[in-house]
Amino acid sequence: MTAAVEIDHLTVQFGLFTAVKDVSLQIRQGEFFSFLGPSGCGKTTILRAISGFQEPTQGAIRIGGQDMSGIGPNQRPTALIFQNLALFPLMTVAENIGYGLRVRGVAKAERDRKVDELLNLIALSDQGNKKIEELSGGQKQRVAIARALAVEPKVLLLDEPLSALDLKLRQHMRNELRAIQRRVGVTFIYITHDQGEALTMSDRIAVMNRGKIEQIGNGRDVYEHPQTSFVAAFVGENNGFTGTIKNVSGDQAEIETSIGRLVGMNKRSLAVGAKATLFVRPELMQFGAEGENKLSGMAADAAYEGMTTHLTMKASDGSSVVATLTGAPAREFPASGSPVSFAFSTRDAIILPA
Amino acid sequence: MLSSTGHPFIFLLPVLALLIFWVMAKFEPKPVGVTKKSFFQRNGTPVAIYLIVAVTFWALFMIVLPQLFMVEMSFRPKLPPVEMGGPKDLYTFENYHYFIYGSTTSSDAINWVHIKAFFLTILASLLVALFNFALCYPLAFYMAQVARPARVRFLLLLLIAPYWVNEILRAFAFRIIFSSGGLINKMLLGAGFVDQPIDFIGNDIALYAGLGYAYMLMMIFSLYNAIETLDHAQIEAARDLGAPWWHIHAFIVIPFAKPGIASGCTLVFMLSAGSLAAPLVLGGPRSLWFTPILYDRFFQAFNWPQGAAYAFILLLACVSFVLLVLRLGRLSLGEIAK
Repeated sequence: MTAAVEIDHLTVQFGLFTAVKDVSLQIRQGEFFSFLGPSGCGKTTILRAISGFQEPTQGAIRIGGQDMSGIGPNQRPTALIFQNLALFPLMTVAENIGYGLRVRGVAKAERDRKVDELLNLIALSDQGNKKIEELSGGQKQRVAIARALAVEPKVLLLDEPLSALDLKLRQHMRNELRAIQRRVGVTFIYITHDQGEALTMSDRIAVMNRGKIEQIGNGRDVYEHPQTSFVAAFVGENNGFTGTIKNVSGDQAEIETSIGRLVGMNKRSLAVGAKATLFVRPELMQFGAEGENKLSGMAADAAYEGMTTHLTMKASDGSSVVATLTGAPAREFPASGSPVSFAFSTRDAIILPA
Repeated sequence: MLSSTGHPFIFLLPVLALLIFWVMAKFEPKPVGVTKKSFFQRNGTPVAIYLIVAVTFWALFMIVLPQLFMVEMSFRPKLPPVEMGGPKDLYTFENYHYFIYGSTTSSDAINWVHIKAFFLTILASLLVALFNFALCYPLAFYMAQVARPARVRFLLLLLIAPYWVNEILRAFAFRIIFSSGGLINKMLLGAGFVDQPIDFIGNDIALYAGLGYAYMLMMIFSLYNAIETLDHAQIEAARDLGAPWWHIHAFIVIPFAKPGIASGCTLVFMLSAGSLAAPLVLGGPRSLWFTPILYDRFFQAFNWPQGAAYAFILLLACVSFVLLVLRLGRLSLGEIAK
C-alpha cells in the first residue's frame, strides 16, 4: 500500500533560516498522525508544505504516490483547518460548508444534500442557516471540520485548531475529533505543541525540534521510551540530571552528577566518559520510600491539584526535583525548609545522550 | 410670495433644529439600571464646556449657516444691490425654473444645454469612480495582502509624492502630456501605432484621465483600509478549498471590502462631480461639465442666486445618488465611515 503522504528529504529555507532540515517520513492511509514540538520547530512549515502554501527548498512531497511539486493548494487532495479556523463570516454555516463544492461547480441540489449530511455528522443538523458569529467556539470548530471534509480530501491537515478553546471544551473536542476521524477514515495530520492532545488522539507522533524530527512513534513509545533528551524533556514532565557516565554494566549505567552518582537504564548504549542525562518521570519518583537511587534535600513546595500533588524538593546543588503523588502519602510532605528525601528505582530511570 | 427680508428666520433655523434634537433626546428611552458617567463627569466641566462650545460654533458657523445662507439665496431674484431688501426682493423659484426652461433668449424652451451637462457630469463622474475602482483594486489588494511592509511603505510614498504638486499644475501637466504634439502622441506616432495624432483633449479622454488620477488616493486608501483588515487565512482557506483566484476575489475579498469600496466610490464620485480645476483645464472645446457652468453663474453672469440654486441642485443630486447606491448595496452610512 502506498503511503497517504510521503515526505522525502524535505528542506525549507526562509532566507538564511532553515525551518525544516532534511525531513523524511511516511504517513499511512487512515492514520491520525501528529507533529508535536515547541513553537518555531518547523511543524507548521511542514503542514504548509503538504497543503501547498509553501514550496519546498529541496525534497519532495508525495500524496497517494503522486508528486505534488508545482501543484497549487487549490489543486491538491488536501484540506487545511486553520489555527483561527478562517470561517467566512459573511456566509451562513451551510454556505461555509458548501463553499468547496460550489467552487467545484457541484449542482445546488447535490450540494444541499451533501451539506445536510455533513451538518448531521457534526451534530448541527438544523443550524445551517445560522451566521458564523452566532455559534459557540466548539460549534465553529465542528463547522470548520465539516467545511474541510466537504471536498472529500484524501488528507485533512489541522493546524492547532483547539488552541483557542478553553480546557474543558478542548478535552471534549479531542474525543470528538478522534471519533470523526474514525467515522470518515480520512488521514488526519495534526499539528500541536500540546503533548496531551498529541498523546490522546494520535496513532503516531513525530516529535520535532529545530526543524528536525527527534522521534516517531506511538504515544507510549514517545512517552515511555524517549530516544533523545529533547523528547524526554518535552513530552510530559521529567526530572533530568546531567553528568558523565562512569560505569557501564549490562543494560545499566552509572552517571556522576552534581548531586551524586545515580544508576539508570542505558537505552542508547552509551560508553564510559560520555556526557549524558538521566531522566526520571515525577510520577515514578517516590517520596518516603527506599529505592536504589536516593536523593536528599529540602522540602520546597507542595502544589495540590486535587487528584495529584506535585512535591518539589531543592536538591543539594540547588536544582529542583519533582515527585508527583496520588492520595495519602503526599499529606506527609513536611513544611518547606525541612529535610526530605526522594527515591527511584533503576529501571524507571533512562539515560540518554545530553 | 413670501418676503425675503426674513434673515432672522434663517438664523433661528439651526436653533430650532437643536431644540428639536434636544426634545428627541429627552424622550429617547434610556437603558434601565445602567449608570453611565455623564459627559461633564468624564471630561471635567471646563473641557466639556470648551468641547461643546467649540464643536457647536464650528458646526454652526462653518457648515450649517453658510449652507443655509446659500439655500436661502437660491430662492431670491437677482437684483442690483440698491433693490436688495426692497419690495422686489421676494422669494421665487425662478432660479430653479431657469435650470429646466431657461436660456438667454426665452424662458419657455427647455434648457437642454444645462440639463445635458448636468446628467453628463453625473454619468461621467460615475464612470470615473468605477474606472478608478478597477484601476485601484489590484494595487490596493497587492498592498494590503501580498506585499511586505517595507514595500507597502515605498508604494505609499510613490502614491503620495505626486500629490505634493498642486491640482492645477497637475492638470496642466496632463494637458501637455495628452496634447496632439504631446508625449503620448509622439510615442504612438513613433511606434507606428497611429498615423494621425489622437485628439485626447477633444474626446475628453484627458479629462477623464485627469479626474481619475486626481482622486485616486481616496480610492486607494479606502480600499486598502478595507482589504487590510481581511484575515489572510480567509484567502488561504478559500484557495485550499479549491477556489480559483477570481472566485476568491468575487466571493471572499470584494464582499468583505464592500464598505470600503462604497466609501471609495462615493468619495471619488462626489469629488469628480464637484471638481472644477480638471474640467476647466482639461475639458475639450465641446465638453460641458456642470461645475464650470456653475462657476460661470457666479463669476461670469454675476448671478449669485442662480449659482446657488445650481450648486444646490448638484448637491442634492449627488447626495441622493449616493444614498441610493448605499441602499442598493445594503450598506449603512456608519459602515462606510469605518
